[in-house]
Amino acid sequence: MKHLLGVADLPAEDIDRLLTLTDSFAEVSRRRMPKVPALQGRTVTWLFYEDSTRTRLSFEQAAKRLSADTLSFSVSTSSVRKGESLRDTVETIEAMGVDCIVVRHRSAGVPHQIAGWVSASVVNAGDGWHEHPTQALLDCYTIREHLGGLDGRRIAIVGDVKHSRVARSDAWAFTTMGAEVTLVAPPTLLPPSTEGWPVRVSHDLDGVLADVDAVYLLRMQQERMTEALIPSLREYTACYGLTRRRVDLLGDKAIVMHPGPMNRGVEIAADVADLPRSVVIDQVRNGVAVRMAVLFDLLGSGRDLEAK
Amino acid sequence: MKSIVIRGGEVVDATGSRRADVLVEEGRITAVGSDLTADVTLDAGGCVVAPGLVDLHTHLRQPGQEEAETVETGARAAVLGGFTAVLAMPNTTPAIDSAGVAREVLDLGRDACCDVYTSGAITVGRAGTQLAPMAELAALGVRFFTDDGTGVQDGRLMRRALEYARGLGVVLAQHCEDEALAADGAMNEGAVSARLGVPGQPAEAEEVMVMRDIALARLTGGRVHFQHLSTRRSVALVAAAKAEGLAVTCEATPHHLALTDELCASYDPVFKVNPPLRTAEDVAAVRAGLADGTIDCIATDHAPHAPEVKEQPFDEAPPGMLGLETALAVALTYLDLPLAQLLALLSWRPAGILGIEDTHGGPIAEGRPANLCVIDPSATWTVEPERLASRSRNTPYAGMTLTGRVRHTLVAGEAVVIDAECQR
Repeated sequence: MKHLLGVADLPAEDIDRLLTLTDSFAEVSRRRMPKVPALQGRTVTWLFYEDSTRTRLSFEQAAKRLSADTLSFSVSTSSVRKGESLRDTVETIEAMGVDCIVVRHRSAGVPHQIAGWVSASVVNAGDGWHEHPTQALLDCYTIREHLGGLDGRRIAIVGDVKHSRVARSDAWAFTTMGAEVTLVAPPTLLPPSTEGWPVRVSHDLDGVLADVDAVYLLRMQQERMTEALIPSLREYTACYGLTRRRVDLLGDKAIVMHPGPMNRGVEIAADVADLPRSVVIDQVRNGVAVRMAVLFDLLGSGRDLEAK
Repeated sequence: MKSIVIRGGEVVDATGSRRADVLVEEGRITAVGSDLTADVTLDAGGCVVAPGLVDLHTHLRQPGQEEAETVETGARAAVLGGFTAVLAMPNTTPAIDSAGVAREVLDLGRDACCDVYTSGAITVGRAGTQLAPMAELAALGVRFFTDDGTGVQDGRLMRRALEYARGLGVVLAQHCEDEALAADGAMNEGAVSARLGVPGQPAEAEEVMVMRDIALARLTGGRVHFQHLSTRRSVALVAAAKAEGLAVTCEATPHHLALTDELCASYDPVFKVNPPLRTAEDVAAVRAGLADGTIDCIATDHAPHAPEVKEQPFDEAPPGMLGLETALAVALTYLDLPLAQLLALLSWRPAGILGIEDTHGGPIAEGRPANLCVIDPSATWTVEPERLASRSRNTPYAGMTLTGRVRHTLVAGEAVVIDAECQR
């Protein structure tokens, strides 16, 4: 793999290989000295045009554990604020000698555009409503860890699917790996079309919960109310929030997932977030190992030989 | 001025076709017949000699965005595409909403290598709140008014504009887009936009305004021209309005008859345009509308943008694509129509809508102004952006092989294009 731009076109073998690779890096992460020299001499840079705490820190931790050098780029203090175009920014950064650009942008497709302009590897760390592939991989890994695998598992993705890159990447990755996915949301928060998506759609969370192995809650954003997509957060919570009462509808072994940051009291009740079946912290932990696997796969020794 | 003979071609115009040489002297056609001679001979062997093409929808970008295009460079692109007359759109900076700006564009046009007509804005600053001085503009010869780039949102204002325009005998043209419904949609809303995670605008954002303006044409008895129609139901609405006898006409662009929203999957903003590229079903309806006459003409919506403003994230890049140099070839490549019908769509019908049929698009006959193009309908060529005459490079056809090429173009008797090379 040269880039990781999305999971939509990633075959099951590739996802499987990355998850297996993640196993070894999870082992590294458990060591007393959790660092390997795998990417010594390689430089990874972050190009985050949108705020992010966990994704950025997670990538940084992953790169450091692989002994890669990291270059930080802060959009708010850079020439981007002075009107520099995206292409000029990217070409300038590449000229400084980077092997990998990890990019997050509010617009869909920006990582694809950058991949067409530079020779460095590009990792999509979230583009608009489109994809967030490392999130999907860490979610797959977490599900495998807790449920033994994805094949045949039933997963509900609940909430603002329309504006969610996590939902798109997860839906495609989960189904590629053999899971059955149901999107649960009011019609206003679903994409304008799910034609060609291998998913089911429901507007009734209560009717779905009893039959799922995992329920994946999406972050509900405040501004959706001003766009007339929902009447109020209160009504949203009443219909689609994972309340204590709804948790009781779940099977004994079903897990609760969330990409963070959580709006406690909106899409997930505060006490539900802290139940043992909530695997949110595992998702964050696995994020580092998954991103180590991705960076190693793109930049590791295999690539070295290819280049020579 | 040297006399010119166009030799050995098939002459095609609204009256029919015949094999003949065409003699041009002092800006006019002086003979159509066999074995004519002149100072200069232009070879038209295997070619069609046709009235010059007329574009009702050209963004020349001057004044204000000269880094994207100028009247001079846009006119050069036009003649290379076989156009002898273009109609400048008013979304310049400042907008063409007063005699001063209109005069500037017309003055620039006098030095250009094709005839340049200008449209005027319907509302001041194209802001949609106050009528532009249409009588003042009409006195300069402006016959066509539009807020193109945006549609007139306020139904009451559009009604008054239609009533006022009727008194002046001018045409109002609408860029149909309900802004509330279109929101910030950067492409067609549907299965492709959903997959790509790009905000979409529904076909209905166009259709509700077509619907409204048909109602207003009925109410006011006014004359409406719909610009760049792109959806199946828009075409059906216009067909019904025409059947009812309302004074409506419409145009479609080359890209809406050739390209679909699947191309946006590359996230290359060169495929971003407004109205957006639609589905294959819409493309088929546009082609059918052109074939059955519901759609009156093909207009390019030539919309140059400098590379630095196009190389933005897809949803931030400005919409628009080049069209002048490829329009005829795209039509020949993608439409399965007799050549005479295709030329009607590109030449004499748009000339009639603009009211310039005395100088452009008319029959090729003795005494007529020599605005002509010579087309090799079977020549194939590959579109290379860096070789285009436009100042910008945003063609969606880069690397594509098209059939049909303009060999020569004559404007007012001057051979401005010879063997596909611009002479100015």
